[in-house]
Amino acid sequence: MAQSATDAPPDGLEGFVADWSSDQRAFKNVPWGKAMMWIFLLSDTFIFSCFLLSYMTVRSSTKVDWPNTSEVFGLDVGGVSVPLLLIAIMTFILISSSGTMAMAVNAGYARKRKLTAALLVVTALLGASFVGMQAFEWTKLIHEGVRPWGNPMGAPQFGSSFFMITGFHGFHVSVGVLFLFIVAFKVARGDYDLGRKGFFTSRPGNYGIVESLGLYWHFVDLVWVFIFAFFYLW
Amino acid sequence: MADVTNRDIDYVAPAEVEEEELYHAHSWITKYVFSQDAKVIAIQYSLTAIAIGLVGLVLSWLMRLQLGFPDYFSFIDAEHYYQFITMHGMIMVVYLLTALFLGGFGNYFIPLMVGARDMVFPYVNMLSFWIYLIAVLVLVASFFVEGGPTGAGWTLYPPQTILSGTPGSDGGIVLMLVSLALFIVGFTMGGLNYVVTVLQGRTRGMTMMRLPLTVWGIFIATILALLAFPALFVGAIMMLFDKLLGTSFFMPAIVELGEQLSYGGGSPLLFQHLFWFFGHPEVYIVALPAFGIVSDLISVHARKNIFGYRMMVWALVAIGGLSFIVWAHHMYVSGMNPYFGFFFATTTLIIAIPTALKVYNWVLTLWQGDIHLTLPMLFALAFIVTFVNGGITGLFLGNVVVDVPLSDTMFVVAHFHMVMGVAPLLVIFGSIYHWYPKITGRMLNEGMGQFHFWVTFLGAYAIFFPMHYLGFLGVPRRYYEIGETMFVPDSAQTLSAFITVMTLIVGFSQVVFLFNLVWSLFHGEKADPNPWRATTLEWQTPETPPGHGNFGKALPIVYRWAYDYSVPGAKEDFIPQNMPPSKVSGKKKTKPRRAKRK
Repeated sequence: MAQSATDAPPDGLEGFVADWSSDQRAFKNVPWGKAMMWIFLLSDTFIFSCFLLSYMTVRSSTKVDWPNTSEVFGLDVGGVSVPLLLIAIMTFILISSSGTMAMAVNAGYARKRKLTAALLVVTALLGASFVGMQAFEWTKLIHEGVRPWGNPMGAPQFGSSFFMITGFHGFHVSVGVLFLFIVAFKVARGDYDLGRKGFFTSRPGNYGIVESLGLYWHFVDLVWVFIFAFFYLW
Repeated sequence: MADVTNRDIDYVAPAEVEEEELYHAHSWITKYVFSQDAKVIAIQYSLTAIAIGLVGLVLSWLMRLQLGFPDYFSFIDAEHYYQFITMHGMIMVVYLLTALFLGGFGNYFIPLMVGARDMVFPYVNMLSFWIYLIAVLVLVASFFVEGGPTGAGWTLYPPQTILSGTPGSDGGIVLMLVSLALFIVGFTMGGLNYVVTVLQGRTRGMTMMRLPLTVWGIFIATILALLAFPALFVGAIMMLFDKLLGTSFFMPAIVELGEQLSYGGGSPLLFQHLFWFFGHPEVYIVALPAFGIVSDLISVHARKNIFGYRMMVWALVAIGGLSFIVWAHHMYVSGMNPYFGFFFATTTLIIAIPTALKVYNWVLTLWQGDIHLTLPMLFALAFIVTFVNGGITGLFLGNVVVDVPLSDTMFVVAHFHMVMGVAPLLVIFGSIYHWYPKITGRMLNEGMGQFHFWVTFLGAYAIFFPMHYLGFLGVPRRYYEIGETMFVPDSAQTLSAFITVMTLIVGFSQVVFLFNLVWSLFHGEKADPNPWRATTLEWQTPETPPGHGNFGKALPIVYRWAYDYSVPGAKEDFIPQNMPPSKVSGKKKTKPRRAKRK
């Protein structure tokens, strides 16, 4: 309360209480877009948790054996089936894209326009290749007879959960890629240096959006780690 | 630490953020149709919600006609009856109450009460309404498809929801699920705005502990909604797949009309868990805004500060948190593990503590207050008694052993209508009478208002009180007709007819209310900018109704909490939140002093 501007903000729990009992903002120096993204991600976490919990429930409720995931997700290399090869590559790519995203955010802080845009494009391309490989994996499974309503390997819930959960995640990645390209374009054009107004919102944007987008991208990666663990490794 | 009253301190921290850049409408369409102004969006939300709510009201008449006078109306057959109850339930809970409290009141009052120019992201806020409108239209469309809307009951339990014996199992259920998914997407857009505006968009001097309880109620309810709707969203998507793609998430192996269906291995209980993980917080999504608003109504119209402001806030937070760990009390008869019942009964009864705390605080606010029996106050008083009634029957249903025999009887219908139907609606009416002068600049007609209040309040009791008794007799809910049943005496039918007649009368008084809304818009008495002499910021706007940007040139600066009523020594019996201590001019005024600091 009534803390003058010259006082240094207290640390730890006291600082937390001071922030929450202060006026104007509960999260000091957090832009609106970033706060909104965090809360959205919290909500989205609940969506993915519900999906994964539902998947676990149907996996234990079905009486038919679950397909052997290391066989189903194996990839033939020179006549040898290597389990989880494709998934390992996909995971590697997605995690790498988190790295380039983090670099893009850093470059955005430094207001390095071209570097930021370039790193965003790299991130988007990595994301797009992830989606591409996912499409390849879907195609392979569909050729092998996996359908949402059944499959030759075992419990029909395998196909249903697989397409639903990886589909929903893939949708998130695709939306992310789309926005990465849009923001990369706007950064490259200098919108955030010149304070150009948004086409829809009529409000000037700023480099903060790179960070918000970064949060989203890291979240999508994190979700993938859980899908990877619960779907491919179990 | 925040001092709640904080009367003597003139110091207010400087602004941390530059002013929000607003979109300025330059045509009729961007000003009134595709508007980014939260106040216009609020009115769009409210009118849409009221319009679909009228459909829900008419559906309730139709279903009551069947129950009161079975076999009398040839146009109501069993299929239609199930469609009526399903659509009535879903419309009232989701599309009317949730949309009106959060989309309507939230949009109007959050920016005004926290002292903001608008929501933080007006464009997203506008999208929120349009997606909500599409969701409503999709819902309405289900009335016109082959087979009509779904008749599965508002809980949409599989497997019966998508089996062909249930009315509307073709197009109806698909449209219902799509509409719900759209509603959730649209709501999320608005909900993020409400939360971020409260957390990050407040004006100078407005600390969290100076927020009016209205804002607190809507704020906590929005957080609940953002975390509870995902479960419904996931349930809706999975059921759509079960219906359209033939997956078996919720569908066990099942025989229909002597034929083995291709489903198998799914878990119907899973849907119930997902549904009620949404469904129970949903009760509080509707109730918490009502709690918040009614606290303000009572305080203003009793000219007294709210009793135990901080505890009111913490009670809201506690109820919100607890509401996530009680959901399976809706599932005592579902066949889940009986040990769950023990856990969920315990958590359910714990909720009674913060809730009772709120009721005591309302009553203690009234205690020795200068009670003005205005229309908002009448509705607020009616809310308290109705809520206590509905809450007490909740204790019956929260206990497993009492719930099992009462489950699926009229007692349940009576309980939830009292506690989350009538009680929040009374607050909605009260708040419309309270804020109509600010929104339109005119007062609502008092005579029509009195008629509306007494018929609604007494009528609601006439409708729902006998239902408790019917429930004890064993009259089941959701039955098209019970015919001659051994354990139900014939007189139950007479009571049922009485309830139906009362339903029609109460329904009629709502028509009077709607007429009043329109009539007063043109012929109502011109309203003072602050007719109730209230302290909160929305009454201190330079224009009535508030203009674009809410507060004219400069944003208000807040010096005190929202409940400085009848402060000894002040020149008036209320001190607006934005009145500096130096202007209060009380005799006992102490010199401005700095806050004590360690």
